[in-house]
Amino acid sequence: MTADVLIPTPPEAASDALSVEGVTVRLGGRTVLDHVSFSVRAGEFTGLIGSNGAGKTTLFRVILGLESPLSGHVRVGSTRSARRPGADVGYVPQKFLLDPDMPVRGRDLIGLGLDGHRFGVPLPSRTRRERVEEMIEAVDARDFADARVGQLSGGEQQRILIAHALISGPRLLLLDEPLANLDLRAAQEVVRLLSRIASEQQIAVLISAHEMNPLLPVMDRIVYLAAGRAASGTVEEVVRSEVLSKLYGHHVDVLRVHGRVIVVAGTGHDEHTAPEIPSAVEIVE
Amino acid sequence: MLGAIVEPGFFTSSPVQLAAEVGAVVAIVAGCVGVFTVIRGQSFAGEALGDIGATGGSSAYLAGVGPLWGFMAMSVTAAAIMELIGIQRPRGRDVATGIVLGAGFGLAALLLYLDSIYDNTTGATVTILFGSPFALSPSVLPLVAVLGALALGLIALLYRPLLLVSLSPELAAARGLPVRLIGALYLLALALAVALSAVTIGAILSTALLVGPAATALQLTRRPGRAIVAAGMLGVGAVWLGILLAYDSHGWPVSFFVVTLVLIAYIASRALPSRGRGR
Repeated sequence: MTADVLIPTPPEAASDALSVEGVTVRLGGRTVLDHVSFSVRAGEFTGLIGSNGAGKTTLFRVILGLESPLSGHVRVGSTRSARRPGADVGYVPQKFLLDPDMPVRGRDLIGLGLDGHRFGVPLPSRTRRERVEEMIEAVDARDFADARVGQLSGGEQQRILIAHALISGPRLLLLDEPLANLDLRAAQEVVRLLSRIASEQQIAVLISAHEMNPLLPVMDRIVYLAAGRAASGTVEEVVRSEVLSKLYGHHVDVLRVHGRVIVVAGTGHDEHTAPEIPSAVEIVE
Repeated sequence: MLGAIVEPGFFTSSPVQLAAEVGAVVAIVAGCVGVFTVIRGQSFAGEALGDIGATGGSSAYLAGVGPLWGFMAMSVTAAAIMELIGIQRPRGRDVATGIVLGAGFGLAALLLYLDSIYDNTTGATVTILFGSPFALSPSVLPLVAVLGALALGLIALLYRPLLLVSLSPELAAARGLPVRLIGALYLLALALAVALSAVTIGAILSTALLVGPAATALQLTRRPGRAIVAAGMLGVGAVWLGILLAYDSHGWPVSFFVVTLVLIAYIASRALPSRGRGR
């Protein structure tokens, strides 16, 4: 186990925007994350893939400093994120429900990404306005930045939230299931936007999803979570029957059909009764 | 022409002037705090604080001190209890409010009864529950101003974090904001606003001034800052017009007119075309 000393980042790891080392989290007596280790590099697009309950949201909470791991640690950029990484990490939550009559425009929410943590009333500032304008351009939100956020479509809200997360100039962008409630076209647009942002702004993008296929065209690396454990690498390295079988602890088939990946994983809890036939089929597309 | 709408003596009457001054301060505070009450969906908590404030108002009568002291002490205490029971979790919020509300109002019933026995002023119950701004003592104005400034100061200080917390606790927590502390401080501002509102239009109706103008303002504008300004202006308008109408009516309660005007404004704002999209 790594000793609990403070930083000096070794030069070879300088491009790691995020490194997660041996993180174990137990919640309510259950091991949610079990020695999870991986790193995410600046400018890369990484997908955090796993079915519901695999520990994706918990992992995000650890990275954000909202959950303390039982062991292991997380480093964002060159600094150990002991508690609150603050401006170094931009975050787009999974749940974002806003009533249509909330008096908040897209640009107001984006502006709060810059100074929402500061006390006092915001003073009109040209630099603030220009920075917000820049972000609106960066996420192609010009057409709807002045409408109430609660009245925007899911895809439009995602863009506003991405701008909100980006405006403070983070090194790492975390998105929790951003595609979950989007139709295929909106999902593709958001994915393309994120991929562009990652390469243009040299930001590490870590995006969680239960479905990997929409991310396949842009994913530089994948972190596959199952049963609290993680395998990471390129898609070719990780999404293979041997690797995933080891991760799940039982046999898993990986099928490639027309450029799509289908993972067929039996639950395998009850091996005496039905060793060959999966008692349930979990398809992670 | 003015003579036709305004009864003689309106502008020279000192109770009217005092009511207008207190009412203006109260309406501005209520509008400012109320916008967040509506955004956070805490109207019920505001109503409960007002009703429990009646306990304080009625015990202040028994103790012979100004009712505002009682309103303030009780609604702030009730806010603290609600916070401790767990008002920040949506379900806990509902239950906590309900429990504290029931207990508080039961006590108020007893105290109001005692007021009418010992004080022999039959007006106490009506004043506490429904307000009578023309009967305010001039000594109340400085306290109103101080409490009002305190509530406004809290909102100004918390403005951005409170907005972020109210829109999305997840986003706020991810930025390292102390979500619960901000919620608790907001509850304090809410308790102050409710107490102030209670001296003007009564404990039971205090939420009307808090929520009505704010909800109307949210229909009229898309920006949080503008909503606050609009809510304050609408509130002051309703209170002043209510005072005028009550004066003209020779004795109808001010709170009736204020609450009716607030309701009319809200209905009218709903009838306007939505200001959601577009410029």
